[in-house]
Amino acid sequence: MKPSGYSLDATFAALADPTRRAILARLATGEATVSELAEPFAMTQPAISKHLKVLERAGLITRGREAQRRPRKLEPRPLAEATDWIERYRKIWEANYQRLDALLQEMKSTQRKAVDELVNAAKPKSKNRKRK
Amino acid sequence: MTKTETLKLTTPTDRDAVITRVVDAPRGMVFDAYTKPELLQRWMLGPPGWTMPVCEIDLRVGGKYRYEWRSAEGETMGMGGTFSEVVRPVRLVATQVFDQDWTSGETIVATDIVEKNGKSTITTTIRFASREARDAALQTGMTTGMEAGFERLEELLKETARG
Repeated sequence: MKPSGYSLDATFAALADPTRRAILARLATGEATVSELAEPFAMTQPAISKHLKVLERAGLITRGREAQRRPRKLEPRPLAEATDWIERYRKIWEANYQRLDALLQEMKSTQRKAVDELVNAAKPKSKNRKRK
Repeated sequence: MTKTETLKLTTPTDRDAVITRVVDAPRGMVFDAYTKPELLQRWMLGPPGWTMPVCEIDLRVGGKYRYEWRSAEGETMGMGGTFSEVVRPVRLVATQVFDQDWTSGETIVATDIVEKNGKSTITTTIRFASREARDAALQTGMTTGMEAGFERLEELLKETARG
């Protein structure tokens, strides 16, 4: 169950913050400069830069070549690897719950049968018992 | 068969991870499925190919439980703890420690069952011992999926796929 390698840990640590996820969501629509990224948040550029550094270290984003603007852009691969692992974990939970669904259905039908038997047993014998 | 309900995972505080799931059964049955070994062993199995050969439950406040799983390849995994609240059929709280100690110490797992129109919502709240313990757990990668927040990440990935 444990994923291999340091990079996945770094990816998850980087993703465990709502601002950084919002930055990634913004970059998913196209590259952007630091000031463009700071705009929608009530945050200073240095604060945003700190978040960008974390994302960069995790390999989730890279800087463009353009000297003046240095636009940040999304690197899709680490994110895809992280999701693969999340998907596996989620599937384990889902598999458990689907087995629980099946078990509960079985319990319900068993209970219904038990109730039917009780009801039948309580009915007057002369009316409901079929002669053999 | 009807479409299965979806699982929701959120992180309302620094120390909690919360998983909710709706099942089509009254709460008493759900409580039984969580607390009777012969029932629990039929569904809480984890990844494909795993079984749960050990399932011991002393269902009372202060009582202990012990679960062990085994894969087809012979790998084993175990955990256990002590019940601190047993309120049939609505609430169960217990400490939880994995043998491999993925969570860096004890977590407290609360299971709440709320019934409405014959369906039950199961809410599992996993509380870490401390922020340090949680952060350490983060590093193991076991609970980080929860931290990232599945739903939000999924939204993000949908956007990525479109972009």
